[in-house]
Amino acid sequence: MKRDLLLFIAFALLIMVAPHFFHGGYLMNVLVFVGINTMLAIALNLLLGYAGQISLGHAGFFGLGAYISGVLTTTYALNPWSAMPLAALVVGCLAYLIGFPILKLKGHYLAMATLGLGIIIYIVFNETVDLTGGPSGLSGIPNLEVAGVVFDSDVKNYYLIWGVTLAVMLFSLNLANSRIGRALRAVHDSEVAAQVLGVNSRVLKVQIFALSAVISSLAGSLYAHTMTFVSPASFGFNFSIEVLTMVVIGGLGSIYGSFLGAALLTLLPEFLRGANDYDIIIYGALLMIMVMFMPGGLVRGIPALYRKIFKQKGEGDNA
Amino acid sequence: MLEVSGITQIFGGVTALDSVSFSIAKGDITGVIGPNGAGKTTLFNIITGIYHQTAGTVTLEGKDVTGLPPERLARLAMVRTFQNIELFGGMTVLENVMVGMHTKSSSGLLACALKMPWTVSEERRIRDGALKWLEFTGIADLADHTAGSLPFGKGRLLEIARALAVGPRIVLMDEPAAGLNSQETLALAGLIKRIRDLDITVVLVEHDMELVMDICDRIVVLNLGKKLAEGTPRQIQESPEVIAAYLGDDD
Amino acid sequence: MQFDQILQYSLSGLSTGAIYALIGIGFSIIYNATGIINFAQGEFVMLGGLVTLSCLELLQLPLWAAIPCAVAVCTVIGVLFERLAIRPLRQPTPINLVIITIGGSILIRGLAMLVWGKDTHAIPPFSGDTPIAIGGATILPQHLWILAITLIIIIFNKLYFYHTISGKAMRACSYNRRAAGLVGIDVRRMVLFSFIISSAMGAVAGIIVAPLTMTAYDVGVMLGLKGFCAAIIGGMSSGISTVIGGLLLGILESLGAGLISSGYKDAIAFIILLLILFLRPQGLFGKADSERV
Repeated sequence: MKRDLLLFIAFALLIMVAPHFFHGGYLMNVLVFVGINTMLAIALNLLLGYAGQISLGHAGFFGLGAYISGVLTTTYALNPWSAMPLAALVVGCLAYLIGFPILKLKGHYLAMATLGLGIIIYIVFNETVDLTGGPSGLSGIPNLEVAGVVFDSDVKNYYLIWGVTLAVMLFSLNLANSRIGRALRAVHDSEVAAQVLGVNSRVLKVQIFALSAVISSLAGSLYAHTMTFVSPASFGFNFSIEVLTMVVIGGLGSIYGSFLGAALLTLLPEFLRGANDYDIIIYGALLMIMVMFMPGGLVRGIPALYRKIFKQKGEGDNA
Repeated sequence: MLEVSGITQIFGGVTALDSVSFSIAKGDITGVIGPNGAGKTTLFNIITGIYHQTAGTVTLEGKDVTGLPPERLARLAMVRTFQNIELFGGMTVLENVMVGMHTKSSSGLLACALKMPWTVSEERRIRDGALKWLEFTGIADLADHTAGSLPFGKGRLLEIARALAVGPRIVLMDEPAAGLNSQETLALAGLIKRIRDLDITVVLVEHDMELVMDICDRIVVLNLGKKLAEGTPRQIQESPEVIAAYLGDDD
Repeated sequence: MQFDQILQYSLSGLSTGAIYALIGIGFSIIYNATGIINFAQGEFVMLGGLVTLSCLELLQLPLWAAIPCAVAVCTVIGVLFERLAIRPLRQPTPINLVIITIGGSILIRGLAMLVWGKDTHAIPPFSGDTPIAIGGATILPQHLWILAITLIIIIFNKLYFYHTISGKAMRACSYNRRAAGLVGIDVRRMVLFSFIISSAMGAVAGIIVAPLTMTAYDVGVMLGLKGFCAAIIGGMSSGISTVIGGLLLGILESLGAGLISSGYKDAIAFIILLLILFLRPQGLFGKADSERV
């Protein structure tokens, strides 16, 4: 337990000093996105990696957070600090209500149902033009502000986003190592055995679905307030898949893996400039390769690969 | 302690259980035996809330528990093990037993995520309790192993430890000796007696006659979905119907 | 609301519905043989249209030759997909299968974007575009082609599943894969067959609808999902229930778009999908089946 805490502190320190090496360059902006995507990947990972329940509609919850925050602070001139929790509350309640029927479904059916849910939300963003501005988006969303300091630069946003991301990480790490986290993993491995031991899997799955949606919504609100502009294109089916790819690449059931996956998939397109349109091909190929050859994700696959190479080398030396 | 009455189960026109009734006394070790296809496992699945029977009632300590889901039954101190052990393969041995303490702890999702002070002490209590049951079943040295990598016999012990962690007053075991060698079976017999000594009522479905005759106080015999006989091991061994049923079967 | 208008919407909904039915049957065939929902099903619909386009324009083939050629190419891709993605999977859990077929579908779509670009392409109608008047409504010859070809495929399907050895073996797999294996049916072969039939049917659907709606690298997503919706309404049957599901969906969508709002047209299918999954996961016509819930 001590070791887990030390690891987290080391990680947090690394994140906090990172900006000094980039001197607020363009990369800072990308790193802000790494933070937002890390939150989303963790949210989906709690559901998929821990409880074993897939969702292909998480971009919808992300979008709802962003739009509810956006509309409340522009059209209704609400303070962002009140809009964000309000958005999280609305999204959480929605997910909780829809969670009961949707999580009765398993495997492929759950995947299709959540996908359908995500697309319905996406269509609503596009069609409720009076409210959301439709396909052309919603602009003029205010930045967050604390005691007169407006979060309007990349560096300030970096600390804001990563502050929240680190909190979400710690929150999720605690959860994973608690009776709830164990119960979730138990449901994943054998739902019937978990039930026999007194775990109410039905309620637990819905709770974690709602929590996952709330974290996604929070990420969405923060996205809206840092970007000051949102449009439906950011919240489509492809983005749900992108988040799924992050989780799978990083490693199902690993919080740090989610960071790894999010960082890799957010930075990758930056290094592949010019190949912009084709990053979706890379996601597809990565998803397939990971599931086939490294189903535990990078977080487990790399140490395993290292051991394998190291061991083979050792045996070779002996011979 | 436990009373089943008139349990009938029909699967798509096939009657798997036909009006089975019996009662189990507190503190007894009761064996449910019968040739293959007698409906023993189906009966277990009904009692423990995994299947819903076509007709009949289950009463636990005077309370009608018919149709209650397994997680409710766990809170009423009834727990079971499975024929093909259902471990949480990705978790450690200790964590498996810690899941067994789920009903004995109460921290909610948010409290756990925020690591409230009381969750820390509760976590310690869960860990200590789980370790105690690992020691009771004699696998404490495996606490940090991954459950999925255990040999079958140890897995069986883990499943029992995990069930005991729930703090049951009655444990149902579905073929606990299946897949065990004779030495392990012997140890299992000792373990089941020690469980009974904790004032826990034990019900087991078993094929190993030697084990059943050795440890059971009472035996219920099922055949083709019906109760054939009920009595002490001695009475059962001498019952002509039972002998006929077993001789008619190659088992 | 005028009767003519409703007739018009219903008629055009009927032909889109037929397309959904074909795609839905493709989903069902693979699901029944393997237990997999092939998320890449829609991509074969897209490929059908675009490969036909290339056969027509690049190879200068006449339409009657281009179509079988395109179907053959798509079938080969379907076989490759099964061989390279599905079969080698070491841990074929539902989640892994969902992820791998999604990965496959993205990859196929991305490659299609590389080959055919992002533009929408048109394929000429099979026999002109002179509207035919029916009652107060009109339909295009292509609508008739779609209905006729769908009908023929469904009849062939029925004949295959009920009157050939391999079709019967496939049905046996859908009832119980393990038992089918025990009585000597080569289950892996049936899995391959199911991918062959589904990708060919998907391709045909994509070809016959292309003259009506145009085609592009990304049309497979929506068509695939709606085909799945048709299959769900039909209770994952590879027969008439899914056809009815498809037609029902097509007509409802067309009426909804015409009478309520065209923007929400796509949402209609997904709302139906969710309602069916929540309320009648066994399909509109099926008996209760606990496996899906």
